[in-house]
Amino acid sequence: MHISPDPHADVALEVRRLSTHYLLGPITLRAVDDISFTLRRSRTLCIVGESGSGKSITARSILQIVNPPGRIVAGEMLYYPRDGGPPVDLAKMPPRGRQIRAIRGRDIAMVFQEPMTSLSPIHRIGWQIAEGLVAHGMLSKRAALKRAIDLLRQVEIPDPVSAAERYPFEFSGGMRQRAMIAMALACEPRVLIADEPTTALDVTTQAEILKLLKRLQDENGLAILFITHDMGVVAQIADDVLVMHRGQVVEHAPVRELFADPHHSYTKTLLAASKKLGMAPPPARADIHPGPRLLEVSGVTLTYPAQATLFTKPKPPILALRGVSFDLFEGENLGIVGESGSGKTTLGNCIIQVLRPTSGSVRYTDRAGRTADLATMDRPALRHVHREMRMVFQDPFASLNARMTIGQCVGEPLLVNRILSGDRLRARVGELLAMVGLPADAAQRYPHAFSGGQRQRIVIARALATDPRLVILDEATSALDVTLRGQVLDLLLALQPKLNLTFILISHDLGVIRYFCNRVAVMLRGEIVEVGSTTDICDRPQQPYTQQLLAAVPEADPARRALIGDVSR
Amino acid sequence: MSVTAAGLPDRAVSRLATASEARLMWLRFCRHKVAMASLVLTILIYLVALFAEPVAPFDPDKANARLVFHPPQMLHIFDGSVIPRPYVNAVRLTRDPDTLAVTYVPDRSRKVYLGFFVHGDPYKLWTVIPSDIHLFGPVNPRETAFLLGADRLGRDMLSRIAYGARVSLSIGLVGVTCSLLLGVIIGGASGYFGGRLDWVVQRLIEFIISLPTIPIWLALAAALPKHWSPVKTYFMITLIISLIGWTELARVVRGRFLALRSDTFVTAAFLDGCSRPRIIFRHMLPAMTSHIIASVTLAIPLMILAETALSFLGLGLQPPAISWGALLEEAQNIHSIATAPWLLLPGVAVAITVLALNFLGDGLRDAADPHAH
Repeated sequence: MHISPDPHADVALEVRRLSTHYLLGPITLRAVDDISFTLRRSRTLCIVGESGSGKSITARSILQIVNPPGRIVAGEMLYYPRDGGPPVDLAKMPPRGRQIRAIRGRDIAMVFQEPMTSLSPIHRIGWQIAEGLVAHGMLSKRAALKRAIDLLRQVEIPDPVSAAERYPFEFSGGMRQRAMIAMALACEPRVLIADEPTTALDVTTQAEILKLLKRLQDENGLAILFITHDMGVVAQIADDVLVMHRGQVVEHAPVRELFADPHHSYTKTLLAASKKLGMAPPPARADIHPGPRLLEVSGVTLTYPAQATLFTKPKPPILALRGVSFDLFEGENLGIVGESGSGKTTLGNCIIQVLRPTSGSVRYTDRAGRTADLATMDRPALRHVHREMRMVFQDPFASLNARMTIGQCVGEPLLVNRILSGDRLRARVGELLAMVGLPADAAQRYPHAFSGGQRQRIVIARALATDPRLVILDEATSALDVTLRGQVLDLLLALQPKLNLTFILISHDLGVIRYFCNRVAVMLRGEIVEVGSTTDICDRPQQPYTQQLLAAVPEADPARRALIGDVSR
Repeated sequence: MSVTAAGLPDRAVSRLATASEARLMWLRFCRHKVAMASLVLTILIYLVALFAEPVAPFDPDKANARLVFHPPQMLHIFDGSVIPRPYVNAVRLTRDPDTLAVTYVPDRSRKVYLGFFVHGDPYKLWTVIPSDIHLFGPVNPRETAFLLGADRLGRDMLSRIAYGARVSLSIGLVGVTCSLLLGVIIGGASGYFGGRLDWVVQRLIEFIISLPTIPIWLALAAALPKHWSPVKTYFMITLIISLIGWTELARVVRGRFLALRSDTFVTAAFLDGCSRPRIIFRHMLPAMTSHIIASVTLAIPLMILAETALSFLGLGLQPPAISWGALLEEAQNIHSIATAPWLLLPGVAVAITVLALNFLGDGLRDAADPHAH
């Protein structure tokens, strides 16, 4: 990299001792606590941290768009204008003033996490991109729309002329994020703040977006502030890394240095957790010896009839699952992996009969050795099966009834199935809570008193209450931070031999699958394209889609930047 | 972000942890100052309605030809002394010798002292317990003090408003209870079972909502036989009002059911082996009670206004029954308003009650909805 003689020549933004606090009555929440960093041209600074570490609030503070009651209470944010003039302090500008408005979008632009909600649904893509140019008085409306088409071309959206005329709902998540980036780049900003821009996207789309950002940076010399919780992404694109924990910077170092020699214990935990669930070969799961066949899924198909309305022609029905077949053996961990919309959650719901398959059979062999087809079973008979087959859901905040105590939640399946009641029920609930590592007094508390990771443990305790044989984990760890993710998976693995459990893990995260499962099924558009042992699938994938999926996983090693095709730095 | 619970002792944190959803809602509600004030006011108004007999200083039906259109008297608290001794100046009725118009002239020489828990007109509390103790009134039971004036028959307006509160407010409550029952059952079934039943119910609701309310009420109320007793009329009027009112509640309940039906915790309850009634009554209904309470509070004022409107038009409750609407009926002609503007005071009572209930409902709704913060 070319190093300029003047150390300040390439500085775009300098943040010094920034503090943003939330004043909530008697409680002061130090969301951002005394942090400093510098953004330089053509370089990417990654802020990495778990949820609630204050990384998004840092980004929002720079543009003065912190939601009340949050307030910047101290610090300077010096922006160095492009004409080489003296720096201006963004922290001193009133949040609604003209000064900061002139900088927002034109000099410092932002890309948000949720591509689904950060575009206005009622305006055409082209106009949304052009609007900033017109608002800053840089171009006429007609010229701005022409420029919008150029920008769409730059962000590699096919057929940009007609794309500019479309509405956001006609775009996929990845396309919308590209459009967001085009919008951010419209005024040729010097600084781009990207707040978890790829978190809501599939890995293959994520790889494309990261590649795009890198290319645009090389072309325009952008200073990028990239916020993420994913160490793999950090390793792939960062030049410098800032690790945040509870509003404070715990470590600030160049990326290779940080990965090779982390100093702070929190950074070490974070790296260890992401390495564990990364693509490095996992500890051997050879100790799993699958027993007899538990489940035989054959030809399961689910179709949703298309809505026929008065004015439109009937459309063909939507095929959510197309003839899915696989076997599951006792004691094994089967992973079902696929991108969003591949039908993996639908498959889980069809196995446990929350959704009834349109055709096909799910033959389950119960503890007594009887085999029956769940797809045609009636509701009373299913209740019996549901004692042996349990489910853990994705969102730990939605899967507990907020009006019941933890004790009631966990005891519910035992109570309604008339297995236990009274003191024996209470004792069993205590036992279950201890098993998942929660204190005994948790039983009297309500779900709102627990964090996401703890709630997921509670849901696991509820799933284990009826002494099940098969547990379906539907994206059970994807809402959790990476350190918690490892903990929850380890907990399940530790319980498995004790309780003779079989798991089906549904996930989009190949790292998690690789760590947890000994067999994997890869799904694409409602079909299983490949099934095999984890090592075979991850090391010797046969299908092109599986290969593509594996190649897109960001590797937590800055020395190997396969994703953005960069080896120079 | 790190919640540094500075200033919060551990005990407070653990109390919050074991706080139920209802308790959290109450804590949120307490932060809403206007709603809290409205809650206190609403409770006071309902207490007045409940204890109308002792609260009213006089018998509301006691007419006195010499006190026709008696104007409100100013309440004085200190009679030149340090200890409060409330009194009103007595008034003398005079007639203009030329026009014969009645005028009331304050008689400064004579004072009517007022006291708390004084003996006055005898009454039977809730038509059962005989007594003559009034919350306040003239110390001498033979004297009169009209703080809010008197009507065309010389009856005390304050007493009549207190008695009217009983009918008007209880119609609100009874009407809402009927609406609630209809709304929860019909709306719940429509939302939970969905499909064809949902379609039919929704079209029915749309049809009922599209009907012009006032003419329907008028037609139904006019169909009530004149010779029915006031109690019978009262219940029929309530029923008529709630027949329209349930539709809104049914929509709220259905919407919540539809939203909850796909919630993960409901799926979890199904997989736990809960029966259908248990899923509905143990898991889904409690999750929406706060919303229902808020909607109910917002529905009561509509019922009160409906009763007032009907009675005002002479189709609801008829004298001798006393309700706010029936009282306002007396203020229908311009002559009485011109000579005795205090006849409109029942309207003020309606406005205050309706506002208080609306603020209360808003506060409850905000407290019930965690996303509002």
